[in-house]
This record gives sequence, C-alpha cells and structure tokens, in this order.
Amino acid sequence: MVSYSRIIISYLGWWMIWIAAQAWVITQSDFDWNIALLDAIVTQLVFAVGGYTINTSMHSYQPSVRNSLYVLGWSIALAGLCVFLQRWALLQLLNDQVGYIQFLENSLIIRGAFGWLMVTLVAILTWFWVYAADRRENEQRKDDATQLAREAELSNLRQQLQPHFLFNSLNSISALAGSSPEEARKMIQQLSDFLRGTIRKDDKSLVTLDEELHHLELYLDIEKVRFGHRLRTEITKSEESLSLTLPSLLLQPIVENAIKFGLYDTVGAIVISISAWSEKRMLCLQVKNPFDPTTSTRKQGTGFGLSSIRRRLYLLYYRNDLLSTSQDSTTFTTTINIPQTL
Amino acid sequence: MIKAILIDDEPLARSLVKEYLLGHPDIEVVCECGDGFEGVKAVAQHKPDLIFLDIQMPKINGFEMLELLESPPAVIFTTAFEEYAIKAFEHHAVDYLLKPFSKERFDKALLKWKHQPLTQTNTATLIENASQPEEQQRIVVKKGSNIVILPIHVVHYIEAFDDYVKIYTKEGFYLKKKTMAHYEKALDTKLFVRVHRSYLLNLQELTRIEPLEKDNHVALLKSGVRIPLSQGGYGKLKEVLGI
Repeated sequence: MVSYSRIIISYLGWWMIWIAAQAWVITQSDFDWNIALLDAIVTQLVFAVGGYTINTSMHSYQPSVRNSLYVLGWSIALAGLCVFLQRWALLQLLNDQVGYIQFLENSLIIRGAFGWLMVTLVAILTWFWVYAADRRENEQRKDDATQLAREAELSNLRQQLQPHFLFNSLNSISALAGSSPEEARKMIQQLSDFLRGTIRKDDKSLVTLDEELHHLELYLDIEKVRFGHRLRTEITKSEESLSLTLPSLLLQPIVENAIKFGLYDTVGAIVISISAWSEKRMLCLQVKNPFDPTTSTRKQGTGFGLSSIRRRLYLLYYRNDLLSTSQDSTTFTTTINIPQTL
Repeated sequence: MIKAILIDDEPLARSLVKEYLLGHPDIEVVCECGDGFEGVKAVAQHKPDLIFLDIQMPKINGFEMLELLESPPAVIFTTAFEEYAIKAFEHHAVDYLLKPFSKERFDKALLKWKHQPLTQTNTATLIENASQPEEQQRIVVKKGSNIVILPIHVVHYIEAFDDYVKIYTKEGFYLKKKTMAHYEKALDTKLFVRVHRSYLLNLQELTRIEPLEKDNHVALLKSGVRIPLSQGGYGKLKEVLGI
C-alpha cells in the first residue's frame, strides 16, 4: 500500500507544476507575472479541488465499464462548474484589469477543455487504483480464508478429539470390560466409528444432513453410555431437509456444546432437542439445552465450540449472521442457517 | 472398617472404582453420589474416612464441594482433567488418578494413603493450593443446609471475620472459611479492591467516597452501607478509579 501522505504530496506537486506551466503560458500573452501567477493559482486550485471531489466520490461508488458514460457526464459537469467558479473568483480579484478580463473570457473554452481532461485523468487513475486495491483485497481475503480454513480444520480436529471426552469414554469402556464385555466391545466400535468419521472428513466438504445426523448418532450413543441416566435427546427433522447440505462436522460440536452446557449447568435429567427444517433456500438447524441463568458463568456465545462454528460459517459464506443464540429462563437455543447455494 | 464415599456424575466411573475396591475388603462404600450437593450431604451424614471425587460435575465442581465441608476427609481425585494442579496433589499423600486408571495405579493410591493418612490441615492446604487456575467467577456458599452459588457480580463486599469471611449480597451475608488474601488474589482485581485490612469491595457497588475526619475516608455503597477505607486502601481505590 502506498501511504496516503505520499499520495497527497504527489497530488499537490502535480498541481504546482501546472501552476508554473500555466503562469508561464499567460506571461507569453504579455501579462505580468503577478496576474499570471494569480490566475494560475486560482485556476489550478479549483481544478485540484474538482479532481479531489471526483476521486472521493469514486471511492464510494465504483462504476462498472457499462456505467462509464455517467462518469463522462459527471466529469464534464464538474469541469464546467470549475470554470464557472474560476471565472467568478478571477473577476472578483482582477476586476480592474480590462485587458485581462477580455483574455479570460476568450480562453474559457480552453480552460474548460483542460479542466475536463484533468478531471477525467483523475477519474481514470482513481478507477484503476480502486480496481487494483479491490483485487488486492480479494486476493488477500482468499489467502486468509485458506489460511484460516486450515487453522479451523486443526482446531476443529482438536475440538472433535476432546481429550476429556476420549479419556472419559475409555474409562467407561474400562468399567464395562469388567462387568459386561459385550457392551465394552460395542462401545469400542462406536468410538472407533466416530473417531474415523472425525478424522476422515475434509473441513470444507459439504455433506447431506442425513450423513451428518448419522455421525451425530454415533456421538450421542457414546454420550448415552456415559450419561444415559440423565441425558435424553429428541431429533425432529422434516423430510425435505434430509437431502440438504451443510459443512461436515458442523452440527456435532454444537450438540456437544449443548450437552456439556446442559449436563453441568443443571442437576437431574435433561433433554437436548435438535430440529432441522428448510426455509427460504436455507437449511435451518436448532439445538436447545436447559440451563440455569442465575448460576451460569458462561458468557453467551463465547464458548469455544460456538465461536469456531461462527468462524467456519464466515469463511464459507462470508456472513456473520448465520449463527444466533437466544435464551429464556430455562432454555438456551442455538440456531444456524445454512445457505443452499455456495 | 474404613468408610468411603464415591462422588462422580458418571455411574460407570463409580462402578469401576467399586470393582477395584473389591480387592480391598477393609474398605466399605457407604454411599454413592452423582453430584456435589449429594456429596456434601453424604459426607456430613456418614463422616467417611476417604472420598473418591471427580472434578467436573453438575453445578458445583469437586473443589467447590470440598470448600463446603466442615471437616474434609482424605480425598483421592479421579478425573480426566490433567490441568487441575496435578503437581499440588502429587506432593501430598492423597492421590490424583487420571482416568482411565489401572487397578495397579488405584491400589498404589490406596496403599499410599493407608501408610500416611492425610491430616485435615494437609487437605486444607491442598485445596488452597489447587484452587482452579482461572479467575474465580463465582463463590459457592452454604446457608443452613442449602448450597448457594453466587456469581461474583452479586457480591457487594467481603468482610474479614476471625477465621472466616462474611460475603455480603443484597440478601444478607454468607460465612465462608477462607482468607481475605485468598479472595484478593482469586477475584478480578479490576472489580474487587482491598480497601481495608478487613474489607474487599466490589467497585460496581460504590457510589461515593466521603471524608470522615482528617486523612480518613469512608466508602458509601449503593445499598447505603458505609465501609471504612484505610490510607493504603484509599490510595488503591483512587488509583483504580483513576482520580
């Protein structure tokens, strides 16, 4: 990035050169230096402001090539306005110089043409500058996205392979191995299937809701071996939502978050409800867990689980509004909307 | 007969400890608890010699549960969490078993305890040393037989009271066997300021500082309570408030 102060200095320098040039040209028509310099300064100063105006306006509105006619019209109007202002100012300043006034009136067309060229030049340069900056920004964003996606994949893996989840599950298996070896074997199978699904999936690939729910079931089965006496889950889904797609491994961490929240924030049995439906070309997923707002020390939506989900959604869809949370006196609700066109 | 209580929110985890204890007929499991509330009650009722305690449990964790006990028995932690000050425990006689643990490791823990049963004071220092690494967000207290969880923002101020502290909220005060120094360290220093040897003040409750006599000041709280400021405390308060 070129620094702003350097751009401004170059821009002023450019107009200094034109002041000098114009003053010299006017002295060639036998006016003395004072008049020539005054005219040149007023003229070029107004053009400099005109150039700046078109520059700033094009920063906020970047016209497409098709709309370049607007810019043409705009620059002509601006040049006209500049000449009008110059004429008015110079008439005020030099109203006693009869010869000069004649010269001024005669040269208005040339001044207008010069002004239009200058304003157009600034407009074209600005257009290129903004265009180049946009491209740079786009590329930067793409690079960042790839970079962050990798990080997300890593942190996502860490998240899936929550050591506590793994160690507690192994502890359960250890307990089952003594009392009911068949159950232990089954749980080892479930844990293996779950871990394999976690490791194999590409962080950016899309899966159908049906597949994601299957993966989720594996996880829920394990959690129910550990917390079966307290944990119940309800899954409701509309028929058409099953074939809709979502980023893989997105739902499970949300449910894991809800389960942890629910199990450790309340005593007694809890119900985690998961619902899926489609709405306005979106796949909507909602996870609800009970909680106790009077003792909860968790700040809303800052749990690692949710912030990494939010980030993944942003990377994939460039939107920050896809995940939302809400709470009433006993229920914490997490909602995500997955657009169906990437 | 040695009396033991198992406190863990996962039934399978408790059944594993019970199974391991089959090899120790001198130890009797008098009660099993699924959370800290049951744990507090059971310890008061059965007065066990030894408890097996999980850390992450519903509502209050293992450390918070221990804080509520009048005279904590010897504790063997059983947890999947490595990060809870494992060193503090290993330097003492009571053990810290990382799930999943083997029968051999479990037996070793019991053997250690039998050879040098932990005294109460040791347990107390252990709890002090092992308080969670993160800043304390809440205080668990007892009112009669009820257990109350106070998020720290509801605490108005804390006052020293012999071996105890009085924790004041809008409902009144709760007693807790802790030191002022502990809370000065454990609570967010941007929120709680030690304004006096005997007072720790929640800044959000402060409405005014009034001069009392020469060099002496008193803090006026929203609830109307006046708290004396020591000279050092007045200085600290001015510094934190930027005046």
